[in-house]
Order: sequence, then C-alpha cells, then structure tokens
Amino acid sequence: MISWYVTQASSYAADVDRLILLIAIIVAPFFLAAELALFWLIFKFRARPGAQARYITGEKPSERRWVVWPHYLVLVFDIIIVVAALRVWNDVKIDMPPPEEHVRIIAQQWAWTFVHPGPDGQFDTADDISTVDVLNLEVDRIYHYELHSKDVLHSFSVPAFRLKQDAVPGRAIMGWFQPTVTGEFDVQCAEICGIGHGLMAARVRVWSPAAQALWMEAAPRIPQRATVTPAVASTSAQASFAVRASASTPHERVPVNQQGER
Amino acid sequence: MSNHAGHAEPAHNDEGFIKTYLWSTDHKVIAMQYLFTGMLMAIIGGFTVYVFRMQVAFPGEAVPLFGRVSAGQYNSLVTMHGTIMIFWVAMPVLLAAFGNFLIPLMLGCDDMVFPKVNRLSYQIFLLSAVVLVASFAVQGGAFGGAWTAYPPLSASGEYNLTPYGATLWVVAVALEFVAFLLGGVNFVTTAMNSRAPGMRMFDVPIIVWMIVIASILFMASVGPLIAGAVMLLFDQLLGTGFYDPATGGDPILWQHLFWFFGHPEVYVVMLPAVGIVAEVIAVFSRKKLFGYRTIVYTALATGVISFFVWAHHQFIAGIDPRMASLFSVTTLIISVPIAEMIFVYIATLYGGSITLATPMLWALAFVAEFLIGGVTGIFLGAAGADIYLHDTFFVLAHFHYTFFPIAIISAFAGITFWFPKMFGRMMDERLGKIHFWGTIIAFNVIFIPLFITGVAGDHRRIFDYSGFPDLATPELQYLRIIATVGLLVLLAFQPVFFFNFVRSLVRGAIASPNPWRSNTLEWAAPSPPPHGNFAELPEVYRGPYEYSTEGREEDFWPQHIPGSAPGAGQ
Repeated sequence: MISWYVTQASSYAADVDRLILLIAIIVAPFFLAAELALFWLIFKFRARPGAQARYITGEKPSERRWVVWPHYLVLVFDIIIVVAALRVWNDVKIDMPPPEEHVRIIAQQWAWTFVHPGPDGQFDTADDISTVDVLNLEVDRIYHYELHSKDVLHSFSVPAFRLKQDAVPGRAIMGWFQPTVTGEFDVQCAEICGIGHGLMAARVRVWSPAAQALWMEAAPRIPQRATVTPAVASTSAQASFAVRASASTPHERVPVNQQGER
Repeated sequence: MSNHAGHAEPAHNDEGFIKTYLWSTDHKVIAMQYLFTGMLMAIIGGFTVYVFRMQVAFPGEAVPLFGRVSAGQYNSLVTMHGTIMIFWVAMPVLLAAFGNFLIPLMLGCDDMVFPKVNRLSYQIFLLSAVVLVASFAVQGGAFGGAWTAYPPLSASGEYNLTPYGATLWVVAVALEFVAFLLGGVNFVTTAMNSRAPGMRMFDVPIIVWMIVIASILFMASVGPLIAGAVMLLFDQLLGTGFYDPATGGDPILWQHLFWFFGHPEVYVVMLPAVGIVAEVIAVFSRKKLFGYRTIVYTALATGVISFFVWAHHQFIAGIDPRMASLFSVTTLIISVPIAEMIFVYIATLYGGSITLATPMLWALAFVAEFLIGGVTGIFLGAAGADIYLHDTFFVLAHFHYTFFPIAIISAFAGITFWFPKMFGRMMDERLGKIHFWGTIIAFNVIFIPLFITGVAGDHRRIFDYSGFPDLATPELQYLRIIATVGLLVLLAFQPVFFFNFVRSLVRGAIASPNPWRSNTLEWAAPSPPPHGNFAELPEVYRGPYEYSTEGREEDFWPQHIPGSAPGAGQ
C-alpha cells in the first residue's frame, strides 16, 4: 500500500511495508465483521409496534461465548502481530549488520548536517566531508549512522527508507540503513522543533558507486570538529532561522543523476 | 432553581443569581459551569483548527477572520488545539460535567460528599482556562511546542520563541490538574459512601463506575506529571537543568513522566465516554446491558494495563530499542479488554427494540467510529510498523478516530440524552438529526483522506509542505484540501446544535421526569432536579438495566420501584 506513494529505497523498506500489509489483512475482517454486525443488528432489531425486546443478561456461558470467542481470537491475532512486528523492529533497530560506511547526522534548529569520515574512515580528521541538507549515499552500502542534536529534539525521518529516529541532545544514537535504489528522496524532521520545523527538509541522494566516488573526490574538505555537545551553540534561535532560510543546496554537481522511480 | 426543596438541604433558594449560579455548591450547577466552560473552550479549539487547516490546504493565503498564518502562529495554534481539546474540553465535559451531574443523581443522594471542595474545583478550573486563553495575548503568543511540550524545546524561550506562552501553558495545565484532583476525590468518595439504601456496587450504573475508575486512574497517574511540570517550570524560570543534557539533565525524562500520565489519560476520558454510550444504548434498545460485570471488569483491566503502555509513544524517541518489545506486547494486550467492551455493546443490541432517537444515533456512531480508531491503533502499537507511521498523519487520523468519538460524539450523546433532566425541556429531534448527520459525515470526510496522506508520508505539524518535494504533489495537496473542506462543513453544522440547545432551553417541550422511560435514579427526580435533588431520597431494589423483563407489562423497571416479578430481576 505504502509503495504506491513512497518508493521502497532501503533494504528493510519492504519488510516494514509487508508488516503493515499483514496487520491490515488481519484486522480488516475483524473490523468489517464488527461493523456489519453493528449495522445488521441495528436494522434487524429496529423498534416495531408490538414487538418487545428480549431479556438477555449476557452472564450465562451460552451467551458469554459470543463475546469470549471473538476476544480469544483478538488475543491470538495480537500474538501473531506482536511476533511479526518485533521481528521487523529487531531488523531495523537492534540487529545492526556490520557497517561498510559511517555517517554522522547532526540535527539543529533548523538544518541537517551530514558528516562523512572521508577516505581515512575516521571522524574529526582533516579529510571529513560535511554537507548541509543533502546526504550523499552510495547505493547498496550498509551505513551506520550516528545521530546527534545540537539543541532540541528532532527526528531523522526518511520515508523512502521507512526509517525514523529521534535525535536527542546529549546522546549519540546509533542505527543503520542500506539504500537499495538510486535517486533522490525527502528527509524530514518528524518531531516538532520550533518555528522552522516545517522548513527542516533535506534530501537524500543515492548514487551509483562510481558517481559517489566522483563526488567524494571533488567535495571540498571542510575540516571541522563536528560540535556535538548540546545546546551551547551561540546563535540564538532567531539568527539560525535566518541562516536556514537562506541556505540552499551547497554542493552542485554534474553526474549521472538517475532519478529513482516515484 | 425551583421551589421543590430537597429535604436534605433546604436553605439555598432565593439567594440571588450569583449565589445560585456562580457561587453554588449544588453539584448540578457546578456540572453546568463545567459544561458551559467546556463548550466555550470547544469553540476556541474549533477556531484554532479552522485556522491551521486552512493554512495547510491553502498555504500562504490569508485565512478569513484571521489573516496570514506565520510558522510560529501555526505552531501555537496546533499546540493550543490539542491542549484545549483534551484538557479543557474532553476532561471538563466528560469527567467533570457528567460526573458532577450524574453521580449524586444516579446514586440517589442529595449532593457530593464535599460540596465546597467541588465548588473550589470548578473555580480553579476556570482560573486555569483564563490563564490558558490569556496566553494567546502575551508577547510571543501562545505556547508553540506541541501539546506534549517536549523539552528542551519547551524548556527554553530561546528555542520555542514563546517564552511567556510556554510558562503560562505549564501553569494552566498544573492548575487544571489541581481542579481535577479535587473533583476526583469527590467522585470516588461519593460513589463509595453515598449510594442509596439497597444499592450494591453492582447496582451502580456503568457511567458512574467509569467515572470513578477514570478518577482513580487520573489521581494515580498525574503525580509524576505534576512533578515533571514543576521541574519544567524551574527549567524555564530559574535556569535549572532537569531536562538539559548540558547540565546533566535528560530530555527523555519528561517524555516518561508525560506519557506515564498521558496514556492513562486517554482512558480517563475514554471510560466516561463509553459509560455514556452504555447508558444510552441500554435505554434505546430497551435491553439489559449484555454482561454488566464484563464491562466493569474490562474497564478495571483497561485501567490497570494503561499504566504499562506509556512508552509506545516513545518507540523511536531514543529509548533503548529493546524496551519496544515489552511495550508492544502490553499495547496489543490492552486491545483485548477494549475490543471486548465494544463487542459487549454490539451484543447488547441483539434482541433489542431499537429506536434511533438522536442520543442513540450518537451512541451507535461512537461504536462505529471508535472501531476505526481501535483497529488503526494496532498498526501503531506494532513497533515495527510504528517506525514508519510514527508522527505521520496516520497517527493523527488514528487518535482523532478515538478522541473525536470520545470528546465530541459521546458528549453529544450525553447532552442530548440528559438535556431533559438538566433543563426540564426536550431538545428538538429534527434539528438534532440534521446536526448528527452533518457532523458524522463531515468527520469522516476529514480524517479518511488524512489516513492516506499519512501513509504517503505526511509528517505532523508542518505548516507548508512545499519544502518537501516528495510531499508537495498535487494529489496529496488535493487530499489535504478535501480534509479541510470536510472540517469547514463540520464546523458549519455546529451552530445547528447551539441553536437547538438555546431554543430548546427557552421553548422546548416541557419534559416529564422520565421521558426516555429509563431505569436509573436520576429519572426518579423531578426535571430539572431542585437543589437537594429528590423530594424523598430513593431506595434501590434492583440493578440499573432491567429492561424488557419477562412477566412485566412495561418494558422498563426503575431501580427505585419496589416489587418483584416472576422469572427475572431480583
């Protein structure tokens, strides 16, 4: 259902979609049966002259089973759903496959900064590459991300990856994703973060290995010690709002832009 | 009020307008104060949603009666809509208004156990409402950090840019909690101590059970949040750092304190709503409730389990991911008693003689719509699916399919049902039905499209989607506009209700004491009941739902009428 609207662009996107479909398939008959029963009873037992209602306490076992059995059914299906849901949850959030790449994601009011460790694979060195509001990724690589926030809560959300994770100041939250489709997708901030919340957009660009390598090479090295300590950033909220409003995509470049299907 | 003084406490007649209506200790007057304040706040809450939905549908256009909406104003409006509708509409109307009005009447006593505490409860509530509404007018405007008020955003004016609004928000919410604590003490004590002679706990009407359980839930869950609110206030005003990681605090702490209260709070407002629905369904299907005890037990079970589900609001908030397993399980378990409760209501209809009067339409609509809210909740309780759906419009549509039935549909069911008792006159049925259909159809037109935009990735509290290329598509914008049009239609139908309400107050047909031929004790009192309620305090001989008892000529058998019949009952 979801893939009608949003591309499945990560290794676990299809799992999340399948889980949602499974739940829909399980709950839909329940829902329809309950609604049908409701409307049928309303129609069937509408007041008619001379007809009196029946006296049913609902406390006898023969009557109770009308409620008890559906309720056991609910329980059984709950168990199925929990098992399926936690398997997906484990895959996305707990069992992280070994990383092939790292990226540090820093949220702040109201911009995303993405830091790649560069050729040496180490953060906080001179060859780090940092981009604002554009995350360049290589297709089919397994990325571990390290999510920070400089000020308030934000939430790193990439609908095409079926990934969402809150960023909490004072914490480095680890997670992973593996892009599987080249193209360009939205990054949202999904947790209200002040007046610029609606502007806190970024784009993920997923490239072929060659294109990503080309970009890595050409990208300007901005030696920076990514400040991940919370809050103390001296800009007032107002000032950084102005900065954000005028900031645009910093890295324009040429290559091979395969748009993902939408 | 009228001159039929109750024998228990005669003194309060002829005391002038202020003493009778504004400074009264009469539980019914206090109930009306809560009801009217709640309705007034609902108008404000409705106006806020009108403004911000217009902005979403037509970004950047001037909204009639408001003007252009800035991003900051948008956040304030969204925040105030949520805050007002939950704390200043659902709580006062469902818990306080119906609780105050019904508990003494249904238990057959003359007033609450602590009438002055009751009066104080409303006064503090009124003060809290004034503080909240005043926050619209302070510099920076009303608080804009969402009704959940997550720090650090809520803790610092530098971040939220509504420093005064944020503080007034915390103060207003804290005052409101005090008001409901005082009210809750009264509800529980009265139900335990002031039942009419002969009334055992299992002869108490479901709505009273529900309000008592809700009050206990509220009292047991609100403590941590009050502590949390005090810490938030200190962070805002005194520069402490309870939620500031730079000084060793933790923003997640607030989320735990908030949702430890916040999820039981869902049931605090839900239980009175399902209570109202139970009363109405029994009366208008002329049926004994199917499994009275089952309903009480499911409510108790729901109450207990509701303390163990809070972290499902925080699956992706940075808590240890392994915690999600536990809270997914508890969350899906809570679907069992709720589902059972709904099954019981549907089963009650079986073998009935159903009249679709306006209150019954509302009650049945509650069941039909709440089911949608229930099944969509399963998607969100399942942690794996929540990763995608969290903080999208799917969540928003889901909880509006629970909260709208709770706060609006059941409130209309209750008001239209007890209006004759409250004011001694009947409401107009034709206007009632016009209002019902206009509201219900429009409600679905609003939220079904929002399920779809949520599935398509629309995240919440965004004042303009044009910054998100994947979301700024004409198809999605079209759905957003449909939802807003639905809202306009829904709002346009509400004056029908207010007109009906006021006209019926003045010119409605005079109501008999028991126009719906109902069993519970409030219908044994005159309509409207005088101060002191009953000419003679009633005694109780049977349970509240002895409808269509075999061997009786009439299809109802009020609790206070002595006697026994062959075959059934006592």
